[in-house]
Amino acid sequence: MLVIRRFEERAARSYTQALIGGYCHLNLGEEAAVVGLVTALEDRDYLFTNYREHGYALERGISPERVMAELYGRVDGVSKGWGGSMHLFDLDHRLVGGYGIVGGQLPLATGAGLAISYRASDEVVMCTMGDGTTNIGAFHESLNLAALWHLPVVYVIINNQLGMGTTVERSSAEPELARRAASYRMASARVDGLDPLATYAAARNAVAAARAGEPFLLEVVSERLRGHSVVDPAKYRSAAEVQALSDHDPVRLVGARLMLEGLLDADALAVLDEEAKAIAEHAAAFAEASPHPDPATLFDYNYATPVANDLRRLPGEALFAARARPTEVV
Amino acid sequence: MALMTFRQALHDTLREEMLRDESVLLLGEEIGVFEGSYKITAGLLAEFGERRVRDTPIAEEGFTGAAIGAAMLGLRPVVEIMTINFSLLALDQIVNHAAKIYGMFGGQARVPLVIRTPGGGGQQLGATHSQNVELYYAFVPGMKVVAPSTPADAKALLLAAIRDDDPVLFLENLTLYNTKGEVPEASVPAEIGRAAITRPGRDLTLIGYSRTAWVASQVAEELAETEGLEIEVIDLRSLRPLDRATLVESVKRTSCAVVLEDDWLTYGIGAEVAASISDGAFDYLDAPVRRVAMAEVPLPYSKVLETAALPSHEDVINAIYQTLDAVGRRRPGARR
Ligand SMILES: Cc1ncc(C[n+]2csc(CCOP(=O)(O)OP(=O)(O)O)c2C)c(N)n1
Ligand SMILES: [Mg+2]
Repeated sequence: MLVIRRFEERAARSYTQALIGGYCHLNLGEEAAVVGLVTALEDRDYLFTNYREHGYALERGISPERVMAELYGRVDGVSKGWGGSMHLFDLDHRLVGGYGIVGGQLPLATGAGLAISYRASDEVVMCTMGDGTTNIGAFHESLNLAALWHLPVVYVIINNQLGMGTTVERSSAEPELARRAASYRMASARVDGLDPLATYAAARNAVAAARAGEPFLLEVVSERLRGHSVVDPAKYRSAAEVQALSDHDPVRLVGARLMLEGLLDADALAVLDEEAKAIAEHAAAFAEASPHPDPATLFDYNYATPVANDLRRLPGEALFAARARPTEVV
Repeated sequence: MALMTFRQALHDTLREEMLRDESVLLLGEEIGVFEGSYKITAGLLAEFGERRVRDTPIAEEGFTGAAIGAAMLGLRPVVEIMTINFSLLALDQIVNHAAKIYGMFGGQARVPLVIRTPGGGGQQLGATHSQNVELYYAFVPGMKVVAPSTPADAKALLLAAIRDDDPVLFLENLTLYNTKGEVPEASVPAEIGRAAITRPGRDLTLIGYSRTAWVASQVAEELAETEGLEIEVIDLRSLRPLDRATLVESVKRTSCAVVLEDDWLTYGIGAEVAASISDGAFDYLDAPVRRVAMAEVPLPYSKVLETAALPSHEDVINAIYQTLDAVGRRRPGARR
């Protein structure tokens, strides 16, 4: 959790230093949820996420260096600089995509479940999404298919109570999002996402159900400690609400609990924190040192199967070589 | 060689590929119990069972996206979308996901997916059911779009599409399903990205794809008989990639071209063809490249209005004559 926290804070700093471009969405406030969920997966299981996925990548075991390098758009990034913050992918760790289109990952995860069930193998697919995503058509189409076809998919709603500036109450007619599972006769649960152990227990249960061949809808009630993305000042949140956020900070809550239970003292916690900061700093230094992709590689991923007449042309380049007017025209 | 319909060629090729490769499965609305809206998949559920031939709910985005996800994990799904009109519901999954997953993740995941779908108007199906929106997919890098016009090409291009590791939109056409042609016994995939000169000639280059390639052949044959004209017919076969070199080399020989398309004129396939010819063969052109396309209206239901909106046989002949007039190549004694 601490590594995710310090990594995200470092990413925010790099963003304001213009070392990271585009959009950058952080898991700040969702660390307990991320850790609880990912820990419930086996290495062979597949994970699909949305664009708010740095923490998932780290928790799956991808090196912070390669994750940060992707945010920096460098060749050592997990997606070789083609994806950016929203599109992390690493097949070895079976993180099969962060996706930038709200809900885009849901049909894909459903299909991954189909492939697993088609082959009668025993992996599980976990597919995370935000609360706002439950209102998109792909949510309904995917959950219906998964229930109909008995697919091994755990759909996880990270209910951080906001989709950009829109609260759940203002966007979802049934604000208890897990209840939507009833439409598909799908098993579901709602859990406190500030508690990593509770989240882990609920996720384990959901993963077990999926491994036994039935999909599951898990709602993880969480918090978004900052704006929607790094550049969002979140002015739509009241001062009181923002004030109260520190009581909902999972990193603080878990630290306090560990100390209360005598598992960790303040010094030990400080040491861990320094380690986490060092990991984040090291990742940033690695990313900055990693080369930018070579423009000559621009067409390297046009197609997986090479094909005749594939157009590999830079802007300003002619389609056909210019030639002098022929002397003989029929 | 065996004489068979376009429909039969599609059916037999699907069956053959399913027998050859267990990772090939079919998904779509009404393809199993109902045997397909156009009966391409007739008998396949009975032969292969529900695991391989999967009826889906009416959820184009959901099942097309699921096929993409299954393809990412190594299956080779062949999706049938009832008509290309309904593919718009799956546009996000096709354009934002299928087409981008290979490149956007730096080549780490492949999407060996085929989407079979018929387009075309002329059946009085009205504005929502008569469109030719293959252009939307041909526009997108990462997609491959093929459009056969003969039963032989239906087989060869479907084989190629299924064995290809990229998402392929396989365009069919309602009016072609019952057309007949010789189909080779051997299963040799076509090369995606290559056009075919289906009839050589030196008077004019006539270009089409799918139904309009079929029209082009008919018209060329007719004008050869009635006027002694030697029209070169090019069947594009692949809309992405587009075989520009074949177009350009042909026009260098004929110095003029007419392109037939069933979509709307503005920003259409014909515009891309004309621009490519202008780019590669400008100095050889003796007349502007003429486009014959659909009227720019939502296709009306009324038979009279529908007929007026669709490109007619006359429209094609007129475009050819006007182009030949412009280059001064009409044969003496030609009609009109
Ligand atoms: C189809 C689509 N519509 C709109 C957006 C813009 N958008 C990006 S994130 C977001 C809010 C999503 O909220 P939620 O699902 O709760 O996820 P969170 O950001 O809270 O993790 C919106 C509207 C998008 N990326 N895709
Ligand atoms: Mg949210």
